[in-house]
Amino acid sequence: MESSGATAAAEEERGLAASLTARYSAWVAEELDELGGSFLLTDPAMPGHPIVYASRGLPALTGYPRRAVLGRNARLFQGAATDRAAVAGLREAVRAQRAHQVAILNYRRDGSPHWVLLHVAPVFHAADGRVLHFLAVQVPIVSAATARRDACRGPAVFAACREEARVEEELPCAATHAGEVFVDIDKRGLEAEEPRVASGCDKEKALSTASSIFSALNRYSKLTGLVVCGKRCDSVGIPALSSSLNLSLGRIKQSFVLTDRHLPDMPIVYASDAFLSLTGYSREEILGCNCRFLTGPDTSVEVLEEINRHICSEQACTVRLLNYRKDGSTFRDLLQVSPIRNASGKVAFHVWVHLDESARCDFNGLAPEIWQLGAVGAVRVAVRSLSASGSLLRPAQ
Amino acid sequence: MEMKLTIKRVPTVVSNYQEDAGAGERPRGGCGRNCLGDCCLPVSELPVYAFKANPRKLPSQEDAVPTDFFINLLLGQWENRMTQGLFRYDVTACETKVIPGNLGFVAQLNEGRHLKKRPTEFRVDRVLQPFDAAKFNFTKVGQEEVLFQFENGGGDDSYFLKSAPITVADCAPNVVAINVSPIEYGHVLLIPRVLDHLPQRIDRESFLLALHMAAEAASPYFRLGYNSLGAFATINHLHFQAYYLTVPFPVEKAATQRIPLAEGGKKSGVKVSKLMNYPVRGLVFEEGNSLNDLADVVSSACVWLQDNNVPYNVLISDSGRKIFLFPQCYAEKQALGEVSQELLDTQVNPAVWEISGHIVLKRRNDYDEASEASAWRLLAEVSLSEARFEEVKAYIFDAACLVQSHVEDETEDAVYAPVPVAPPAVTEGCLVRQ
Repeated sequence: MESSGATAAAEEERGLAASLTARYSAWVAEELDELGGSFLLTDPAMPGHPIVYASRGLPALTGYPRRAVLGRNARLFQGAATDRAAVAGLREAVRAQRAHQVAILNYRRDGSPHWVLLHVAPVFHAADGRVLHFLAVQVPIVSAATARRDACRGPAVFAACREEARVEEELPCAATHAGEVFVDIDKRGLEAEEPRVASGCDKEKALSTASSIFSALNRYSKLTGLVVCGKRCDSVGIPALSSSLNLSLGRIKQSFVLTDRHLPDMPIVYASDAFLSLTGYSREEILGCNCRFLTGPDTSVEVLEEINRHICSEQACTVRLLNYRKDGSTFRDLLQVSPIRNASGKVAFHVWVHLDESARCDFNGLAPEIWQLGAVGAVRVAVRSLSASGSLLRPAQ
Repeated sequence: MEMKLTIKRVPTVVSNYQEDAGAGERPRGGCGRNCLGDCCLPVSELPVYAFKANPRKLPSQEDAVPTDFFINLLLGQWENRMTQGLFRYDVTACETKVIPGNLGFVAQLNEGRHLKKRPTEFRVDRVLQPFDAAKFNFTKVGQEEVLFQFENGGGDDSYFLKSAPITVADCAPNVVAINVSPIEYGHVLLIPRVLDHLPQRIDRESFLLALHMAAEAASPYFRLGYNSLGAFATINHLHFQAYYLTVPFPVEKAATQRIPLAEGGKKSGVKVSKLMNYPVRGLVFEEGNSLNDLADVVSSACVWLQDNNVPYNVLISDSGRKIFLFPQCYAEKQALGEVSQELLDTQVNPAVWEISGHIVLKRRNDYDEASEASAWRLLAEVSLSEARFEEVKAYIFDAACLVQSHVEDETEDAVYAPVPVAPPAVTEGCLVRQ
């Protein structure tokens, strides 16, 4: 019994560690350990949205050893007097996948309350805009009185600090809160009652910690070839489709891309798995690009012009042309291009359904053109329905 | 002299051959129009979708059509007809939105659907009327409006034939045709045994066929609907409607309360509930040991309603697993002058889609100002009164051999979904002529 329990625990630990190492390579933890401040990384894709990393500064602020929080949901820091509205605000920010700062009453391991400025921000997969992690920086907020007192005491406070807290020294504004750990315990429950307002200095500190974390994650994510960023799709500059639209489009098994009609040069905003396997490109390579990367020296210019004419007149067209894969090989492409309208009836996208004609496919007896038009129809329905309920794009940050 | 209740309304044009119906009627031996009549259909070759005999059984063959094939076929054929320009308008160019609120009514602004048509007189006090070959019916539809035949393949797997001769042996083809005035993308009509000239009247077989179509589509967002005469059916030729909209309908979100059944009535495994907190009173039938069981129970209920002259609408939801039945009285109220001018001015005909919460509006102003309250006001007029509904329900139970158990076991049988909606007062005293 015990050994199987231990195995399960070890398994869980490996799972949590993999959440980091898979995205940012095995060395990222060391780099994060070097950073000062109390912060966490959580993985929204894992059941229970657990904490997958806790910084070295966390124990000093919260009283929790780092291992004790791994695998748990970050709500463990909340308690009886934590403001529900503040929690609701956080939940909404996580749902909407945007950054959020709030002053909140947290609880240490020993049950004592303390005010922190919590800065939460999503970490995006640069290529497809998926959220890989959330980071949460906790900056203690001191009462005005404590701040004055600490200012007088100056560096003396640091002498009393345990090692975990000392890394905070490297950051600006750190002078006050290292001592706060002890101050608040003395006056447990007294200062907790008064809501505190974070100072500009606290906010700056939270932001600068967050940006150091982002730059570390970004640097190490490049080692795995995945690349993360703090702003969604910053690298390609295209709007991110909502997860419901991504899900609906993902159910359509055919080879197609969706291009945004209103962005300059009509970039690709969605590419199906079948399209990637047909052309040999990866999603990261083509999102944000115009469809012309498929063409080559033997692609008919007349046909391309015909497509353009139809796009300009908001008409659908079916053409046959020679297109090129990433490896330079060509394929006879049966291509359907159709304008796709959103719920206000305006053309918002174009869908491009590709079919390699030489790949002898049996569509259970259906003509290939009709088979492709089925995908066009399904894309129309998905875009129209989700647009009607206002969930075409991800909420703006 | 018999009193006749009629209303004037703009008929929906479902086929491009509807306009010239009646005019230029000529005898045709292979009439040259390639229509769906006795002249042309038996000698034509249409694609055939053959559905499996038991949709609840897993496919046995590896080469069976995949589960998304039916929707792909339907949407592909539909899109193809769109490129041919067979529709009266591009429905995807019509504005649509989900109205904020608990139920999430879906509104569409469709200014073109009823344009250029004069109001026609419809008799609304006869749910069953004999088939009239002289009026427009689906045998007059051109074959280009047909997407495929829909037949029982009899086997464990569904399959598709690109073209198959309609032989004299299986002389009663069921066809799926486009509605040239679509309510949404993919709007089609299922016409059972088109050559048999069946009037708009549900029977067990035709209802089972509709359930099979919902099951083959295998998507909760592909629903079928039925309007009886007197409940806004336009054409007296047996047909179901269907379309694909990937939004939950308000009626599917509404709370329901299970009606406890006595042991004797449980053989079929069909569960019956009552809609709660919804502007139109209705019954919900679900599960059942087989598709046949569900078809038996619901078609018996429909047969009672039409035989007793109660207009009704049916929504087939959840891939044929859940059926909503709404006896209604709007057209009759309208004929008796009991509907407010304000509602009449919207020209909204509350048929099955409207009752289910998908409302097509014809005036920009109504669309811009549409709210849950305005949708509720319209639909409340459609509903039978509580007393009349209970009375009709009792008859339906008798007809469907269901026995309500009077041991009220609220804790176990009540199924409440959390939809807290404050209903405005419903006009009572809805009268249905017997």
